[in-house]
Amino acid sequence: MPVAPSATDALLSVRDLRVAFGALEVVRGLSFDVHPREVLALVGESGAGKSLTARALLGMLPRGTTTSGSVRLRDEPGSYAELMGATRPTLAALRGRRIALVPQDALSALSPVHPVGDQLAAAVRSVTGLSRSQARARAVAALDRVGIPDAASKARAYPHEYSGGMRQRAVIAMATINEPDVVVADEPTTALDAELQDQVLRVLGEQREAVGAALVLVTHDLGVVRDHTDRVLVMYAGRQVEQGPTHRVLDRPRAPYTAGLLASLPPADGEDGPAGGPHRRGGSGRRRRLPAIPGSPPAPDALPPGCAFAPRCPLAEDRCHREEPGPWTVGDGHEVSCHRWDEVPYPATELFLERPA
Amino acid sequence: MNQPTALLDVRDLVVRYGRVTAVDQVSFTVDAGETLALNGPSGCGKSSTVAAVLQLRRPDGGRVRFEGRELTALTERELRPLRPRIQPVFQDPYGSLSPRHRVRDAVAEPLRVQGRWDATGPARVAALLDRVGLDPAYGDRFPHELSGGQCQRAGIARALASEPRLLVLDEPVSALDPSVRAGVLNLLADLQDDLRLAYLFICHDRAVVRHFADRAVEMRGGRLVPA
Repeated sequence: MPVAPSATDALLSVRDLRVAFGALEVVRGLSFDVHPREVLALVGESGAGKSLTARALLGMLPRGTTTSGSVRLRDEPGSYAELMGATRPTLAALRGRRIALVPQDALSALSPVHPVGDQLAAAVRSVTGLSRSQARARAVAALDRVGIPDAASKARAYPHEYSGGMRQRAVIAMATINEPDVVVADEPTTALDAELQDQVLRVLGEQREAVGAALVLVTHDLGVVRDHTDRVLVMYAGRQVEQGPTHRVLDRPRAPYTAGLLASLPPADGEDGPAGGPHRRGGSGRRRRLPAIPGSPPAPDALPPGCAFAPRCPLAEDRCHREEPGPWTVGDGHEVSCHRWDEVPYPATELFLERPA
Repeated sequence: MNQPTALLDVRDLVVRYGRVTAVDQVSFTVDAGETLALNGPSGCGKSSTVAAVLQLRRPDGGRVRFEGRELTALTERELRPLRPRIQPVFQDPYGSLSPRHRVRDAVAEPLRVQGRWDATGPARVAALLDRVGLDPAYGDRFPHELSGGQCQRAGIARALASEPRLLVLDEPVSALDPSVRAGVLNLLADLQDDLRLAYLFICHDRAVVRHFADRAVEMRGGRLVPA
């Protein structure tokens, strides 16, 4: 492999991670490191394998999956615990305390029949020798820290008495209450509206600062990536297409898939484009078309040969349909898997404007 | 502004659930060929407004005037011939098509139900699929055999089969993969330009709203606030 980042100071070090359902490989060889206080985004669309990757980090894959590769969690400086193939008790001892998951669906992560505070206190008591009342006090403090108003009385309430945003915060409080080194958040905001999304991400960021943890954030939202992460790993059809410092990847994407995703976003506030006035379509009555990536992502059982993105890629040439590309390092910590990475224009607007039918 | 020509004219709309007022004196208009975006956080009353516009729930106060007719004054029987002209497109593309029907039959169903099915039916279904950018061969497939974007296109084709004037688009792209979102937005824009469709567009993504909508209103706590 051309890239072997030094793993000495990483909290989490993943090498050639593969996840398969039977003969069907859905995560196809991912390698990345996560450093203290770093936020790494795993970006991809549904079916790209990002949620399976997140769960594989905690050994929490559904039945019927097989995994290979290496997932190492730093024990103490210089020493790592291998999670891949670790026994159930070993994993159970690490989960919550050293590495924790904020799942996508906050409601299913909480038991409906116990008060939220009791569930947090139970999580505390499962890893510490604290008394019931001490654990309760810590639960209330954790709810308070994630911004739940009147935490002491809310700790006695049941999940159904919480709003969606409060539930998501309670789950974050639960995941971080034992101060894990690595927090894996699987689309923690997808079900929330825009204001709550910002709040929840801010809470996650504060937790990271407070406990010095690293964060792996699974998302498909490039706006979230830009505003909240340090590094980004872009996945397509189970493989990495691009990885690097967030500003480098988003400011100068080298993979056509990343460039196409960015080009297809409507301009954000303050960028070019007509002002939000009432009648901004020109005299012709036609509004501007968005650049768009043609086609749809491939199903995992129908992957094309060569580069999986080639059938949708305006730059694809013969070898793209034959050989899987890269990864190659193209700059400071920036890796890309594309045969034509040095020809990808930016912005890629023209490349992805639909040709008239 | 309140031209008598507005395609949809909602005035002082009120929806209550028991003692809770979910929609409180909301007024807006949508003209033919125009997109009005309706925004707001969860629980602000958007969905209750949509249900009242679709007359899936009769409002507790106010007026819903469509093509000059007062829908709230009509009986269910009188409403029936008007219903095809206001069609919803929902967020979850798979949830809006029956999993047991082939795409072809899902698109044909409005034609059959409305008594407009004849020898030209199959060709019309094929033309509708083509119109939304789906190869008519996809008509043989079931929804689960389509990607999210393809399924949403099929849902749009089904809505178009009723020859609507107004589409109520409830978060039509927020469940779609980012790489196919722009294509579906482009399709909706083309359909609007070609068919002079009016859109009531529910969407929480501000950038999408700015790109796509002619005007935007925002709801909070059941009331309209300045966007």
